[in-house]
Amino acid sequence: MGQKNDSIATYDYGVVKMFSVMAIAYAVVGFIVGIILALELTFPELNGGIPYISFGRLRPLHTSAVIFAFGGSVLFATTYYVVQRTCRARLFSDFLSQLTFWGWNLIVVAVVITYPLGLSQGQEYAEMIWPIDLLIVVVWVAYFINFVGTLAKRKDPHIFVANWFFLAFIITVALLHIVNNLAVPVSITASYPVWSGVQSAMIQWWYGHNAVGFFLTAAFLGLMYYFVPKQAERPIYSYRLSIVHFWSLVFLYIWAGPHHLHYTALPDWAGTLGATFSIMLLLPSWGGMINGIMTLSGAWHKLRTDPILRFFIISLSFYGMSTFEGPIMSIKEVNALSHYTDWTVGHVHSGALGWVAMVSFAALYHMIPRLWGTTIHSVKLINLHFWLSTVGVVIYIVAMWISGIMQGLMWRAYDEFGNLTYSFAESVAAMHPYYFIRAIGGIVFLLGALVMVYNVYMTIANAKDRPVVAA
Amino acid sequence: MKHSTIEKSIPLMSILTLVMVLIGGIVEIVPLFFIKSTIEKVEGMRPYTPLELRGQDIYVREGCYNCHSQMIRPFRDEQERYGHYSLAAESMYDHPFQWGSKRTGPDLARVGGKYSNLWHQAHMKNPRDVVPESVMPAYPWLAENDLDYGNIKKRMEVLQLVGVPYSQEQIDNAVEDLKAQAIPDSDSDGLLARYDEKVPLEDFDGEPARITELDAMVAYLQILGTMVDFSSYQAQAR
Repeated sequence: MGQKNDSIATYDYGVVKMFSVMAIAYAVVGFIVGIILALELTFPELNGGIPYISFGRLRPLHTSAVIFAFGGSVLFATTYYVVQRTCRARLFSDFLSQLTFWGWNLIVVAVVITYPLGLSQGQEYAEMIWPIDLLIVVVWVAYFINFVGTLAKRKDPHIFVANWFFLAFIITVALLHIVNNLAVPVSITASYPVWSGVQSAMIQWWYGHNAVGFFLTAAFLGLMYYFVPKQAERPIYSYRLSIVHFWSLVFLYIWAGPHHLHYTALPDWAGTLGATFSIMLLLPSWGGMINGIMTLSGAWHKLRTDPILRFFIISLSFYGMSTFEGPIMSIKEVNALSHYTDWTVGHVHSGALGWVAMVSFAALYHMIPRLWGTTIHSVKLINLHFWLSTVGVVIYIVAMWISGIMQGLMWRAYDEFGNLTYSFAESVAAMHPYYFIRAIGGIVFLLGALVMVYNVYMTIANAKDRPVVAA
Repeated sequence: MKHSTIEKSIPLMSILTLVMVLIGGIVEIVPLFFIKSTIEKVEGMRPYTPLELRGQDIYVREGCYNCHSQMIRPFRDEQERYGHYSLAAESMYDHPFQWGSKRTGPDLARVGGKYSNLWHQAHMKNPRDVVPESVMPAYPWLAENDLDYGNIKKRMEVLQLVGVPYSQEQIDNAVEDLKAQAIPDSDSDGLLARYDEKVPLEDFDGEPARITELDAMVAYLQILGTMVDFSSYQAQAR
C-alpha cells in the first residue's frame, strides 16, 4: 500500500486538508470553553454578570464544540481519507464533499451564535434549535451519499473493516438525530419536542448514549482500524475478532441508554435492560481494544521511538479503561452513588479526552504530513504533546473521581442521631479544590493542543521545502 | 450466510446494521407508550399556566438543567433532603423532560413552596447573598428583562398539538391569565377556574407593576413538585 505521488492528484485531499485544519482549530476552541466553564464553577463571579457566557448557556457550547465541531471534523477528515485510500477511488462527488464541509462549518457557526443567545431546545448534546437540526439532516444525507458512492467505486470486492464502522456510524447517527429531534416549531427559533416526560427521557438517553456509542466510539474505532495498522506497519491482529467485535458492538450499544435513568421514574425493567446490556458491552469494547493494541505484537519496540504510535496505544488504553468503568457505573448499586455526581463527568472525559481526542491527534499526526507531501516539523514536539495530554487527562479524572465519590458519600451520610450529616451547600463547598485541580488538568491538556497547533502550522508552512514522505 | 457475502455488499451491510440498531431501540422505547403503568394515575396534575410555561422556557433558555436535576430517587437520604420520590406523572407535560443528569446544584423537583418569593428574588440577583457556598451564576437580567409573551398562544397551541391537554378556553385567555397571575390584586377568577384553585397569585418578582422574566421563573419554580396530592396517592408496583 505504498503511497505514490500520482495518487495525490487523483484523490480529493483538498477537503480532507480543510477538515483536518478545522478539527485542530475547533479542538482549541472547545478546550478553551471547557476551561472557562471549569473556572466558572471554581470562581462563580467569573462570567461578570454577562448572560451570554453564563455556565448554563456555555456548557452546551463546550459539549457541541468538542463532540460535533472537533470530533465531527476529525471524522469527516478521516472517513474521507480512509474511504478514498481503501477503495483506491476519488470521493464520489466533489460537490458533495464541499457541501459537507461548508454545511458542517455553517452548523458550527450557527451553534456558536445561538447557544450564547440562549436559543436552545434544552436536550443535552442536542440543544440545536430546529432550523439547525434540519441543516444537519441535509449535510448528513450528503455525507451518506458521498461516502456510499465512494464505497461503490471500490476496486476490491470486500469492504474494508474501517468502512463497516463508518457506515454503521453514519446510518445510526441519522436515525438517532431524527427521532430525538422531532419537534413542532413555534417560531423560527423555538419549538417544543413531540416527546414528553418519561418517553422524552428514554429517547433522549437512547440518543445521548449512542451519540457516545456511534459518534464517539464506532466511528473512532473505524479510524483506529485503518490508522493503527498503518502506523505500526503491521496487519490488524485478528480479522475474525473484528467481525465479532463489529456486530456485537452495533447490536449491544443501542440498548445501553436507560442506565442513565436508574431509580428515576423510568420503569425498572427498562433500566435493568440498559444495565444488563451495558455490562455485556464490555466484551465487544475490549475486543476492539485488544484488536488495536495487539496489532503491535512483534513491533512493541516501535513505542520507544514513535510518539504517534504511543498516542494510539494510550488512547486505546483509555478506551479500555473507560469501557470498563462504564459498565461498573451502570450497575444500579454503583449508579446510586455515582449518578448526578462529578464521577460521571470524569468518566466522560476519560473517554472523550483519553480516547477520542488522543486517537484523533494520532490520526491527524499520521495524515497531515501525507496530505501535504512532507514530514512532520518536529517529532520531539509530538512527544511533548503526548505527555501534556496524558498528564492533563490523569489530573482531570483523578480530581473528578475524588470529588464525585465524595459528593455521593456526603449526600447520603447520616450522623449518630439519624440526621443527614451535610447540607447540600456543604457538599458544594467541599468540591472547590477539586474544581480548581480539574481546571489545571484542562489547561495542561490545552497546552498540548497548542503545541500541536504550532507543530502542524510549521509542517504545513514548510511543506514545499521538504522532501516527500517515503511511507 | 458467510460473512464475506455481507462484506461484499453495501446494501446488505447497511440493512443488517440498521436492523441490529433498531431492535434495542424498539424494545426499550415502544412499550413506554403502551404499558399503562408507565405513567401513574394521580390527582392534581395540570398543564402549566401561561406564566409558569414561560418560566419553564426561561429555565431551558438558561440551561438550568445542566446543573439541577428534577428527579428525586427513592432513597432515604433523597426523600429526607428533597421530599417524596418523583413520579412519571409529574413530568408528563414537560416537553422536553427536565430530569437532568447532574447535581452541581440541588434537585429542584420539589423546590416549589420551599423558599419565599423574596428568597428567590435575592437568590437570582446574587446566589451568594443567601447561600455563601453557592457556585451558581447570578441572573440579574431576569429581573431587568420584561417578559416576552407575544407568542404565548402559539406556544400553547403547539403544546396542545403534541399532547398537553390545554383547552381552547385556556388558549384563548392565555394573555389575560398570564397577566392575572403576575400582577397582584388583578381579577384572577378566570385563571383559577381554568387551571386550579391553588394556582399561586403573588408578586413573584417584587415589582408589582411590571411583568418580568423573574416573574415567570419564580412562578415556575414555586409550582415544581406541588401539584400531585400525595395524601390520595397509592404507590403501585411497576
